[in-house]
Amino acid sequence: MRIGELGTILDASCIQDQYDDREITAGYTSDLLSDVMANARASSVLITIQAHKNTIAVATLTEIGAVVICNSRPVPADMVQAARDERIALFTTKANQFETSGVLFGSLGSTSAPK
Amino acid sequence: MIPLPLNTEESPAYILELIYRLKIRNVMTTRLIVAARDDTLRHVQKLMKENAITGVPVAEGPRLVGLLSMDDIIRALDGGYIDDLAGKWMTRNLIVLEDDMPLSFGISYMEKYRFGRFPVLSKNKELVGIVTSRDIIVALLLEINNEMERIEREVLPRPETAGGRTRRVYSTRRFDFENAGRASSEIKRLLKEQGVAAPIVRRVSVAAYELEMNQVVHSVGGRITFTSDADTAEIVAVDMGPGIENVEAAMEEGFSTATEWIRSLGFGAGMGLTNVKRVSDEFSLESRIGAGTTARSLVRLRPSVGEQPSKKDTGD
Repeated sequence: MRIGELGTILDASCIQDQYDDREITAGYTSDLLSDVMANARASSVLITIQAHKNTIAVATLTEIGAVVICNSRPVPADMVQAARDERIALFTTKANQFETSGVLFGSLGSTSAPK
Repeated sequence: MIPLPLNTEESPAYILELIYRLKIRNVMTTRLIVAARDDTLRHVQKLMKENAITGVPVAEGPRLVGLLSMDDIIRALDGGYIDDLAGKWMTRNLIVLEDDMPLSFGISYMEKYRFGRFPVLSKNKELVGIVTSRDIIVALLLEINNEMERIEREVLPRPETAGGRTRRVYSTRRFDFENAGRASSEIKRLLKEQGVAAPIVRRVSVAAYELEMNQVVHSVGGRITFTSDADTAEIVAVDMGPGIENVEAAMEEGFSTATEWIRSLGFGAGMGLTNVKRVSDEFSLESRIGAGTTARSLVRLRPSVGEQPSKKDTGD
């Protein structure tokens, strides 16, 4: 699956669309940034409600290609700018993390399961 | 000469130089709110309220003739003469500063007279400004800030890349989440440019980010020093306190002393130090209460054959 398909699959709106449309192979759901760094895999989608620019810093370090902000949490402008600078896609959705993770897991299937 | 509220014999030369070099005109407010003699005290009170000020000079053209303070207004309200004219109740015997005086005069006057403000006159006795302690604080803060920036530029080692060795020093500040992550982003870029394999770059970046955030969240501020050559990347994080009370507990996953609001930002999960240890080939942590904490992480950039990189976080 490519990042460009996420909007349709997750019914999420893309609020930062200047990204590298990479292949997505996994997802990770967490609001703890250290947890994301420890466990998220490269080329993942990060599902979170942590809407601030430190999330982008963590995504950059872990090669996460897209961040989905759940529960329609407002996204500050400096976060959008940081994502643009790092060419990371940013989505928002009114669905919560559980629902979003479920849909994404269904689409990615077994490729997202831990090795 | 009125004494300054500091020991001028032992003060840093810069502070003395500063308060003598700056003139009153450099710190005063020139946007003046003035009243006329035949304005009512009620009008003066309105001026104070609208402009959030506590004193209003009374002027006749460019000449200062008196001053009304919040105190005068309170007395007028209490005494029932708030509709009287300013000229009747204003203070006439005024202590003024001249715009050409050094700032040290202003500070001495503040100390001696305890007034909230001093009108400022030019050489030809025209009212040109007003000085409050707030004006002085702001001016000093800006000047000291400039000076500290200059000193930091001098003291901090310059970036160097010599003989295949790269060295960078970054400083962190308490709760400065705006700039947090800068060091780790740059370290990541440097290693990438050096051609280091992505999973190893990630390990160093994770160590750098966690150590950086630890300083921002828990310390009063500190310094991150990154050194790399062809074989190793080392991050040394030194902070100036307060120190970790129980180093063993701090190394336990899930242990955290972070406050609620820090946690609400996604930090303080109690995973930081364990993350650093996990991605490091060598890791050490020393801390003393009151002195500070030093953490060191070393990652080998070219794992030798036989080593099990799968134990480490490789991002896959």
